Amino acid sequence: MAELSLVEAVNRALACEMAIDESVLLIGEDIGANGGVFRATNGLQARFGKDRVVDTPLAEGGIAGVAVGMAAMGLKPVAEIQFTGFIYPTIDQMINHASRLRNRTRGRLTCPMVLRSPYGAGIHAPEHHSESPEALFAHMPGLRVVIPSSPARAYGLLLAAMRDPDPVVFLEPTRLYRLFKQEVADDGESLPLDACFVSREGKDATLVAWGAMMQETLAAADALEREGVDVEVIDVATIKPLDVETILRSVEKTGRCVIIHEAPRTAGFGAEIAAEIAERALFSLLAPVKRVAAYDVVVPLYRLERQYIPSLDRIADAVRSVMEGS
Amino acid sequence: MGIHTSVEPDIATIRFLTPEGVLCRPMPPSVSDELLLSLYRSMTRTRTFDGKAIALQRTGQLGTFASALGQEAVGVGAAAAMAARDVLAPSYRDHGAQFVRGMSMAECLLYWGGDERGSDFAHSRLDFPNCVPVATQIAHAVGAAYAFKLRREDRVVVTFIGDGGTANGGFYEALNMAGVWKTPVVFVINNNGWAISTPRALECAATTLAQKGVAVGVEGLQVDGNDVAAVYDTVRQAVDKARGGQGPTVIEALTYRLGDHTTADDATRYRDPDQVRREWSREPIARLRAYLIGKGVWSADSEAALQQQCLEEVNQAVSAYQATQPASSDAMFDYLYATLPPAYVPQREIARRFAPSAGGGHG
Repeated sequence: MAELSLVEAVNRALACEMAIDESVLLIGEDIGANGGVFRATNGLQARFGKDRVVDTPLAEGGIAGVAVGMAAMGLKPVAEIQFTGFIYPTIDQMINHASRLRNRTRGRLTCPMVLRSPYGAGIHAPEHHSESPEALFAHMPGLRVVIPSSPARAYGLLLAAMRDPDPVVFLEPTRLYRLFKQEVADDGESLPLDACFVSREGKDATLVAWGAMMQETLAAADALEREGVDVEVIDVATIKPLDVETILRSVEKTGRCVIIHEAPRTAGFGAEIAAEIAERALFSLLAPVKRVAAYDVVVPLYRLERQYIPSLDRIADAVRSVMEGS
Repeated sequence: MGIHTSVEPDIATIRFLTPEGVLCRPMPPSVSDELLLSLYRSMTRTRTFDGKAIALQRTGQLGTFASALGQEAVGVGAAAAMAARDVLAPSYRDHGAQFVRGMSMAECLLYWGGDERGSDFAHSRLDFPNCVPVATQIAHAVGAAYAFKLRREDRVVVTFIGDGGTANGGFYEALNMAGVWKTPVVFVINNNGWAISTPRALECAATTLAQKGVAVGVEGLQVDGNDVAAVYDTVRQAVDKARGGQGPTVIEALTYRLGDHTTADDATRYRDPDQVRREWSREPIARLRAYLIGKGVWSADSEAALQQQCLEEVNQAVSAYQATQPASSDAMFDYLYATLPPAYVPQREIARRFAPSAGGGHG
C-alpha cells in the first residue's frame, strides 16, 4: 500500500494499464517530458517511450479525433485535455463519432477511448480553467462520464475506464489532485463503473454528490451529525449511465434528498437525478428534493471562486430546510 | 518585393488524358490498358448506380442521396490504388471508392435508405463508415494511420474531403498532426468546385488547395480529377510513399459536381447552366471511353454489354434493399454500448411496447 494523492493515483493507474496492455497509449499536450501540466503522466514517457506517450500539437478537436481513429483500429487511447475550458472543441468528435461509432457500424468498429481532463474550480487557476461541463457529456448517448472523488476511486475507476469497451469521459477534480493522500493498493484492481458508492450511511436525509463536492458534502455531514442529523452520502462516481437504483433505495429509506454539484444549477445533472426521484420515489418523500449547485453564472475569476463553489454552509442549510417540520 | 506580394508555391496539374481523351504525355508504366478498362467499368457502375439512386429518391423509395455524378474518377482512381488491407476514411460522396473497396450497392442503398446496417460492410471491414460532419473524418484517418505505424502493420489510410471541407479547422489540425508524426496516410481533396452553393473561390483564397499541405510540411500535389489515370497513378505513388515510411501526401483532384449537392438541393438556384454544360465536355467517363475506343480496346458492343451488366447489378441491389425488412426498435439500443447498461433497459422495453405492430418494407 502506498499513500497517494489523486494525481499520483491517476499516474499509477495509467502506468499499471500501460504495463499490462500494450494497446493503451497516452496522447495530449505536454504529457511527455513535462509529464502533463499537473504531472499526471509524470515519468511515463521515459518508461513507455515517445510512441506510447505522445506529445500532440495544440489542437483539442484533433486530439479527440485521432483518438477516435486509433480506437477504431484497436488501440486504447487515453487522451488528456489540459483543462476543461479547452474541452469544448472535442465535443464534435465525442458526440458525432466516439459515442456512436459502434452504433453506426452495428458493432463493426468500436471506440474504446478515454478522454481525461482536470475539472472544476478551486485552485486559483486562470480564466477558462475552472469549468464543470459534465452535464454536456452526460447528454450524449453512447458515452460514459466518470468523476472520481478520492485517490482510491481515481485509481480504480480509471483502470475500469481504460478496460471499458466504450468511450469514457473521465473528469478529474483539480482541487482534489493534491488535497489529501490515501492508501491505494496499486494492485491493478478496478472499481465498478455505472455504480454509485454509498460513502456514508445515515437515516435522516440522502446527500448526493460527486467529484470535489464530496469534500464539502462529507464535511457538512459531520457538521450535521453534531446537530443530531444523520445523513447518508452517495458518491455518484459514474454520472452516465446513472445508477439511479442506489439513489432511490437511499431516498426511500431517508425520505429526503439534497443534490450537490459544482456546475451551474439549470440543466445541471442534479436536475436529472431530481426528476428520477420525482418519477419513481415521490411518495417516499417527506420533503421537497433540494439542489445545491453553482449559481447560473459564468464561473468567476478566482477571487470569487469560493463564493461560486457550493459551500459546507449552503449544503448544511439545505439539509436543515428539508429536515424542518419533522 | 513588398509585403503585398503573395508567395504561392508552383504546383502543376498532373494529367495524362486531355478532355478529348488524347494523351498529353505518355501513360505511366503503372497504368495498363487492362487497368484502364477495369477503372472504366468501375466508373460506369458508379454512374449507373447514381442514376438509379436518384430515381429511387424521386419516387419516394430512398432518402436524401448525394450523387457522385462527374466525380467518378476521383473515388474510383484513388481506391484502385489501395491494397485490400489498407483502410478508407470516406466523406459522404465516396461510394465510387467504396464500391471498388467491396461495399455492395445494397449496403449503400440501405445507408441512404435510413438503415445503419448499410455501414456494416461485409468487405473491407476496417473501412470507416460515411462521414457527414464535414472534415471530422480526417483526424480518424490520421489516428488509424498512427495505429498502423505503431504496430508496424503494412497498412495505409486514404481519406477523402471536399474543397469546402478544407476550410474547416478539423482538416488542418489533422493534416498538421500527420505531418509531425509522418503517419502513413493520403489525403485526397475532391475539389468539385462547390460546397453546396458556395463556390471554391469563396472557400479559400489560395491558388490551389494542394498547397495547404505546404504550410504543415506535407507534400501537396494536384491532379486532373477527371483523368482517372492521373488520379490512380498519383495516389498509387503517394500510397507507396506512405507504405515506405515516407509520410503523408495531400492530393487535390480537380473535378466538377455535375449534379446537385444532394437530392435535397437545387443547383439551378445558384449555378450558371453554361458552366455546367462546359463541364460536361470534361467529364471523366466520356474522356476515358474516347481514349479506349481510339486504342481499339473498347467498342459500341462492349459498351452496350457493360451498360446492361451494370443495370442488372443495380437492379439486383435494389431488390435486395427493398427486401430488407426494417430493424426492430431494439436496433436503436443493441449497439449503443457493448452491453446495454441496466439504466437504459427500461427504455428499450418502452420502445418495444410502443413499436408499430406491422412494419413496412423500405419505400
